Amino acid sequence: MLDLIAAAGDFAFGAGQSFPKVDQEYLLQARQMQAMSFAMHIPLVCFGIAFPSLVIFMEWLGLRTGKAHFSALARRWSKVMITLFAAGVVTGTLLSFELGMLWPGFMSAFGDVFGLAFGLEGFSFFIEAIFISIYVYSWDKISDRRHILTGIPVIAAGITGSLMVIAVNAWMNDPSGFSIDQAGEVTNVKPFEALFANGHLWPQLTHMYLAAYIVVGFLIAGVYAFAWLKGRRGDYFRTAMVVPLAVACLAAPAQLLIGDWAARTVAEDQPIKLASFEGLYETTDGAPETILGWYTDDNTIEYGIQIPKLLSFLAYHDPNATVQGLETVPEDDWPPINVVRMSFQTMVAIGTGLAALAAWFLWIWFRRRRLPETKWFYRAVILAGPAAVVALIAGWVTTEVGRQPWVVYGVMRTEQAVTGADGVVFGFAALLAVYVALVTTVIWVLRRIARQPLPPEIAALEEVPDGAR
Amino acid sequence: MELADVPAILILVGIALYAVLAGADFGAPIWAITARGEVAERLKDSGHRSMAPVWEANHVWLIFVLVICWTAYPEVFGSIFSTLWIPLLLACLGIIMRAVGYVAGGVSGRPVIRYLAAVSSFLVPFALGCVIGAIVDGGVPPGNAQGDILEAWTGPVPIAIGLILVASSAYLAAVYLAADAERRGETELAVAFRGRGLAAGVVAGLMAAIGLLALHGDAERVFDGLTSGAGLVAVIASGAAGLVTLGLLWSGRFRKARFVAAIAVAAVVAGWGLAQQPMILPGLTVREAAASDEVIVGLLVAVAIGLIILVPSLALLYSLVLGGRFDPLDVASPGAAPERRELTPAGRRTLSAIWVAALVGGGMLFLSDSGVTLYLGLAIFMASLACGIVQLARSLVRA
Ligand code: HDD
Ligand code: HEM
Ligand code: HEM
Repeated sequence: MLDLIAAAGDFAFGAGQSFPKVDQEYLLQARQMQAMSFAMHIPLVCFGIAFPSLVIFMEWLGLRTGKAHFSALARRWSKVMITLFAAGVVTGTLLSFELGMLWPGFMSAFGDVFGLAFGLEGFSFFIEAIFISIYVYSWDKISDRRHILTGIPVIAAGITGSLMVIAVNAWMNDPSGFSIDQAGEVTNVKPFEALFANGHLWPQLTHMYLAAYIVVGFLIAGVYAFAWLKGRRGDYFRTAMVVPLAVACLAAPAQLLIGDWAARTVAEDQPIKLASFEGLYETTDGAPETILGWYTDDNTIEYGIQIPKLLSFLAYHDPNATVQGLETVPEDDWPPINVVRMSFQTMVAIGTGLAALAAWFLWIWFRRRRLPETKWFYRAVILAGPAAVVALIAGWVTTEVGRQPWVVYGVMRTEQAVTGADGVVFGFAALLAVYVALVTTVIWVLRRIARQPLPPEIAALEEVPDGAR
Repeated sequence: MELADVPAILILVGIALYAVLAGADFGAPIWAITARGEVAERLKDSGHRSMAPVWEANHVWLIFVLVICWTAYPEVFGSIFSTLWIPLLLACLGIIMRAVGYVAGGVSGRPVIRYLAAVSSFLVPFALGCVIGAIVDGGVPPGNAQGDILEAWTGPVPIAIGLILVASSAYLAAVYLAADAERRGETELAVAFRGRGLAAGVVAGLMAAIGLLALHGDAERVFDGLTSGAGLVAVIASGAAGLVTLGLLWSGRFRKARFVAAIAVAAVVAGWGLAQQPMILPGLTVREAAASDEVIVGLLVAVAIGLIILVPSLALLYSLVLGGRFDPLDVASPGAAPERRELTPAGRRTLSAIWVAALVGGGMLFLSDSGVTLYLGLAIFMASLACGIVQLARSLVRA
């Protein structure tokens, strides 16, 4: 591992001269277009990763207990699942087009280094698409046992699919497995080493995977927490709320630990990224953690709250460790500090908040064996879903913008990757319009699914108190 | 043949499968919006009924092609995608519009969605045809956006190939849907599709002939490749298969017609590959563009492992679908939803306020590069998004 890091370090900083710089006035638009597309894809993908296991769990409960409301939930949720999957598929397709349309310099130089991962990812999507169709369309057409088995490949493909994409992203953060010769050509490519012997892969994958469960868990629980507040508390609604809640409430505290791991990986391989998370200008022993505030032009943080030595402790688990500051590289090599810092702090704040909410729930459950009684808990659960989505996007902004100005850290700058073609802004506008249509339809369909009546045998059990509607 | 050629063959196989499988998917909406006569109602949704369980899987072939291309021939990928970004983006927009129809599920019969799908059924094959045409007539020089981003794909060859693909998708769709209708015992519908298939087949054949003429003028090298040697064999095979399908359609043997029609399309793709090699872009051969052997071996190993899992899975899916085991999923089919809950005036005001806020915030975000407006726009946009989610959640629980 160490020699890989050293290999990457060889061309870090001051490197990046090997590739022609593209004269592109639209760099910013290209970046925003990429960002918008990710912001569409990633929340949908969370459902591709986490939802199948929830649905299958429900189905399994139904088979085990023979109680109707579990299967009813599994069926209803599977409709939601395929709707969101369809949206995830097309937004993902657009992303693969965009890699070429917006970043041809990057693809031409490095397509062969990381392409393998996308190849394997493609097969994962095949499997996911095939079995999600079989699962959703074959209720009652094949035996119950077989039906539940067709769900397993969907779960597995969700894992391998995200593994492969994250491998690419991890490689961009910590490039290795190739060399650059005198002529500036990428040679000596070792794709397996580049992708899978990468120190960033696992923290990033675990962190993303948990994030997907947090997002899905709180979003679904939030919908049913709303029903709970309206007084709908029969078996069906109760199950629909507590199962996702249970998932999210365990994943959220775990995320703190994984996030700390991710931060340490960054500290090790990308010291400048870490320095911009924290707005740390001078290299400091026993560096303090600064919360809130704004990084100013004279390289200090205004209005921040300092906690002595905490940063050194968090980044290196040693209160006196030396943390490298931004001053060590030219300002040209800095990412936009405030964007990175704000999004990092947003993620951490929300992550901490979600973990606190989870602790509340778990505490009451384990001490009193009942659900929280106060309405505020359910209101908080309703908020937790959107907040988790914000944390998810903020986390990706931290990672991606924090990597700037590099597209391949220390090797290729984003301005060397971008397309030389004109008119990106028109593409952006057209895409925005089509996304509006897609989102509108998804919302409309989810509402229709929600308005479908419950199966009569379940509706009978869901007594709705007077005045709750 | 060398190692460096193998991925190119995989790419051609992927293109052929995409054209054959997804082509039918894009052709179907044409028949939905032109539906007339007694079976009009069933014509309108038969495309959706047949394709819904398989379209996602069909679609992955496109991703397969892209991925192989950028791994094995990175420079080719970068050159094509930067010069031809306009038609490629159009294709993408079309794909998203098509997906809207599937997302909408059982209510895809709605006029808005049918028209959206119809636009996409023109846009996607046409734009992808233009991309192929631009490669055929040498409009894409190697390098980052080195070709003219408009002229590269608006010459006679690209336009002709685009139109051919539109016609052949419509044709494939009619043939497949006829076979599906027959399987479901809907004879009248099958007959309706037979007529449409025959007409579209003739049009597609004529267009292909015109396309050859265009090639003669603008893409001498590929024209020669298609009119001599192995290329000629492929063209003849395709023509013959085309005629056989017409015959099979005429005599009502739809299931056989479906397979032979696919062969006709696949043969053209093969012919193109034979005629195009060894040069992929002007001045750049397939072998020069290829990644190192180590990368290609890695890729082929990955593909081989992938296929071991994929082939049986696909076989299972298609056997279930072609065996008629899947009914359409009644995701929110119109009959199932209870009476529509009208929005109260206050509710409608909130909803429009949210929309306006989203547009204003989104616009500010879109138009500014930095500073207060950008962040204010972001805040407004995210706030309206959050309100939208809350509104949605409220309506969700009023089941
Ligand atoms: C529900 C979402 C969520 C939550 C609650 C958290 N994160 Fe996170 N975080 C992500 C979702 C996320 C993410 C979107 O999934 C990222 C982007 C890249 C990645 O691998 O995960 C990420 C990236 C990311 C990175 C950057 C990794 C890199 O640049 O390579 C760090 C240092 C952290 N996180 C740290 C934390 C800490 C200390 C948290 C706890 C308080 C935390 N995250 C909560
Ligand atoms: C593999 C998984 C990847 C994920 C999940 C990912 C995620 C993201 C996200 C969420 C953003 C939004 C940041 C923002 O809002 O500004 C972003 C931005 C960006 N991504 Fe990635 N990305 C990935 C790979 C790539 C690739 C392959 C490229 C290709 C060049 C790329 C280049 C960029 C650029 C240039 C930006 C804009 C940064 C800026 O605005 O300053 N990323 N990415
Ligand atoms: C956080 C990073 C990402 C993760 C975890 C991820 C994961 C997934 C998953 C699980 C799916 C399955 C469909 C679904 O459930 O919605 C999917 C779809 C897709 N993703 Fe992503 N993805 C990420 C980023 C990207 C990027 C950067 C690309 C661009 C190359 C991409 C390309 C695709 C494609 C092409 C599909 C469609 C697959 C299909 O047709 O089934 N994804 N993604």
